[in-house]
Amino acid sequence: MAKTYETVIGLEVHVELATQTKIFCSCSTAFGGAPNTHTCPVCTGMPGSLPVLNRKVVEYAMAVGMATNCEITRYSKFDRKNYFYPDNPQNYQISQLYAPICRNGFVEIETKTGKKQIRIHEIHMEEDAGKLIHDEWENCSLVDFNRSGVPLIEIVSEPDMRSAEEVVAYLEKLRLIIQYLGASDCKLQEGSMRADVNLSVREMGTETFGTRTEMKNLNSFKAIARAIEGEKNRQIELLEEGKPVIQETRRWDDNKEYSYAMRSKEDAQDYRYFPDPDLVPILISEEWMAQVKAREPEFKDAKMARYQAEFDLPRYDADLLTDSKKMADLFEETVALGAPPKKVSNWLMVETMRLLKESEQEPDDLSFSAAHLAALIAMTDAREINSTVAKEVFEQIFREDADPVEYVEKHGLKTVRDEGSLRSTIEAIIAANPQSVADYKSGKKKAMGFIVGQTMKAMKGKADPAAVNQMVREAMEKQ
Amino acid sequence: MKITALGAVELGKKIQAREISSVEATKEVLRQIDALDPIYHSYVTVAGEQALEQARAVQKAIDEGTLTGTLAGVPVAIKDNLCTRGLRTTCSSNILSNFVPTYTAQAVVNLEKAGAVIVGKTNMDEFAMGSTTETSFFGVTKNPWNPDHVPGGSSGGSAAAVALEECSYALGSDTGGSIRQPSSFCGVVGMKPTYGTVSRYGLIAYGSSLDQIGPISKNVTDCAAILEAIASYDPKDSTSVRRGDTRFTEALTEDVKGLRIGLPRDYYGDGLDGEIRDAIQKAAKELEKKGAVIEEFDLGLVSYAIPAYYVIASAEASSNLARFDGVKYGYRAKEYDGLHSMYKKSRSEGFGAEVKRRIMLGSFVLSSGYYDAYYLKALRTKALMKQAFDKAFERFDIILAPTAPTTAPKLGESLSDPIKMYLGDIYTISVNLAGLPAMSVPCGTDKNGLPIGMQLIGDCFTEKKLIRAAYAFEKTREFARPAVVLERERKEREDGKNI
Repeated sequence: MAKTYETVIGLEVHVELATQTKIFCSCSTAFGGAPNTHTCPVCTGMPGSLPVLNRKVVEYAMAVGMATNCEITRYSKFDRKNYFYPDNPQNYQISQLYAPICRNGFVEIETKTGKKQIRIHEIHMEEDAGKLIHDEWENCSLVDFNRSGVPLIEIVSEPDMRSAEEVVAYLEKLRLIIQYLGASDCKLQEGSMRADVNLSVREMGTETFGTRTEMKNLNSFKAIARAIEGEKNRQIELLEEGKPVIQETRRWDDNKEYSYAMRSKEDAQDYRYFPDPDLVPILISEEWMAQVKAREPEFKDAKMARYQAEFDLPRYDADLLTDSKKMADLFEETVALGAPPKKVSNWLMVETMRLLKESEQEPDDLSFSAAHLAALIAMTDAREINSTVAKEVFEQIFREDADPVEYVEKHGLKTVRDEGSLRSTIEAIIAANPQSVADYKSGKKKAMGFIVGQTMKAMKGKADPAAVNQMVREAMEKQ
Repeated sequence: MKITALGAVELGKKIQAREISSVEATKEVLRQIDALDPIYHSYVTVAGEQALEQARAVQKAIDEGTLTGTLAGVPVAIKDNLCTRGLRTTCSSNILSNFVPTYTAQAVVNLEKAGAVIVGKTNMDEFAMGSTTETSFFGVTKNPWNPDHVPGGSSGGSAAAVALEECSYALGSDTGGSIRQPSSFCGVVGMKPTYGTVSRYGLIAYGSSLDQIGPISKNVTDCAAILEAIASYDPKDSTSVRRGDTRFTEALTEDVKGLRIGLPRDYYGDGLDGEIRDAIQKAAKELEKKGAVIEEFDLGLVSYAIPAYYVIASAEASSNLARFDGVKYGYRAKEYDGLHSMYKKSRSEGFGAEVKRRIMLGSFVLSSGYYDAYYLKALRTKALMKQAFDKAFERFDIILAPTAPTTAPKLGESLSDPIKMYLGDIYTISVNLAGLPAMSVPCGTDKNGLPIGMQLIGDCFTEKKLIRAAYAFEKTREFARPAVVLERERKEREDGKNI
């Protein structure tokens, strides 16, 4: 009988924090400046420069720790991780090994198989490195230190996950918590959230862990799921062939759907960690913890419950809207402007999601204002525009945050309420289509649809469809 | 009196009184450097033009009445491990031989605000690692009292420059005695302040948890005035301390009545030169005559200081010096094949033997499997030493000790036996481990005419007590100047040049 295997997975998740300035100096963290413009003696490792800790980094790390049920280390320290690489200007990274800021937490995930707790071993703070650019033409390498010193937290889980589905659920959960806290935008593609997967397989029922590998370069949830599947199969194949799994770091190539060995345990460096003598220990007081706790936002679960109770939304709507903080914020802001909650929800769930998908964007990329959505809903409710026009206008709101009132005005999209011109248009169309009238009279009621369609076409879609229907029926009955 | 012979405060007062201009003083100092530095080599870089320009600007501000402090217009020499914007800063190492900083160290900024004129950067042991200034890439500095001897180290250039009157005062840095020991060897006053008193921002780190910048001067009055100018809370240095008691010149009184002074027996045993023991005991008698209470006691743990220091300082240094890799600034090997070859060659060619020895030692004690046995144990020893001092300071205001076990050794004697050289730091090192303030004050000469220094050690933040005792003692004796300086003055007088 074929053996059955269990996959054991733990994650190391790096999250770039949304501070204005770097972790140890006052340089901007803004993305995309010209190379080496967001730099100073500290983040370029100039001789004699010294790091000074950004308090906001500690607060974000504490907030994430509290939201993931961690113990907060009251006397925390920074350590130096020593290794040579040109993107690392001091040739040591300031990180935390001996006393990380958060320990022993967990998050609860829900998958098809039910609810489960994933334990968090620790969360520590550290600095990001610079970026190397290899110039093939000049045959040289250049370093950009703009990213050097951007604050990161690393969230290390226990090996509690057993499938790609659980891994994705865990990552989604972390992402939501961190986004709700405003601690990071957590974009995998842009690297503000990065996950390394530690994976091993073992025969079902075994107590001990198999030899694990660490996989890097995973830039989307899909890539993570594929990489887990690929690595699991690779390890099982090795075991089936009686070959050992080697403890190593592997790099996933999502195009080839295969991973390559980067370095083995034998090449593992001795980082010679020791406490950074340039930084003083971080003492976290009760008051400080209370302040951070007091600023904690309403998370997804609480929001979902509230949306159902307060706005009478279906559970499905509440779930979808709270899947992204951006979406939930937009919803709440639009409702606060007086728009009916269910209508707001419909616009966000249907048209917004459709357009996002069409333009290959994420809810976080949404850039239109709640005021414009509220105005659009008000115009529709007042029957100033019909639903077809409303969709057209919404697309402009979605793409360019267009002001719907101005847009409708400018393009003459308002529903025509001039009964006289509508009536004469209908009469002209009826006169030109005697056959349709005859069909209608003989009981082919569908013939009316043709006249309505022609009328809408003649009115360039701006007529109120209900009014057109009513008038066409009356006119044809009269014939 | 010749301008170069004046103390910094004396000169500053004369500048304020318009008796001497800053430009005149600077020119005199540059002339002294021209005459003596070819022999003694206190300086790595002399910034003549820049200094004169600065002197003119400062003099203008003095004339306009915007600079009124006692150090305004007074020429200073800066140890070459303190960053100075636009002025080459080498740490006396090949690896930084072409390094021009883009910013100035906070301690130097503080001096510039007080109107100091920087005449140059002084020689030192490479990256402050050494006790003789012989490990400098730019060649040795010679002792002003006898050019066959070393000036001490690592701030040997600064101490020699002050003794040779090639500047009015100087800044040094002290990780294990690097201000006090050369001050003692060169017959000048040097102080290592309480850790955190002077910002380390811009000091190229050796052992970050031990490094402290301090003054080297001709007399105690200058020492207090300089410390007052350089001490500041600096938000750029996380280890900087906010303290309100930095009016150190207030302590310049002779009142030592009732001051309790302890002499640790452990510091006066084997290994201490008899002449030094006698000189310090004589000094203790002088202080006793003025009302101080002298008592002997056992400090303990003395033999653990050196191993603990070399583990901690080397560990920190191995990491602090990692940034010198030829990538961003400094020396890069001419020929290499790929990244690792560039690292290896640049660092092999860029660092001298003593620096490499300490990087290796530091890397070893931090490596996995040895960290607990060496580094953690050294940290525990450090904590114990602090406790031993805490206990002593329950009984005493000041601990009086030798600065070094011998007077300045001959050139070339020390480097061949590094362990022996390390042992020379025995009386100064524990002060750094405990973060205490201490100063070295001249208290005599040995049979060869070389200066002897005594060390006053205080509890954290008690620099004022040290200054009081040092000032009182200084009043009991004549200030001695090296023969070469006196000889030069005599010749100039005969030649009818300015006196």
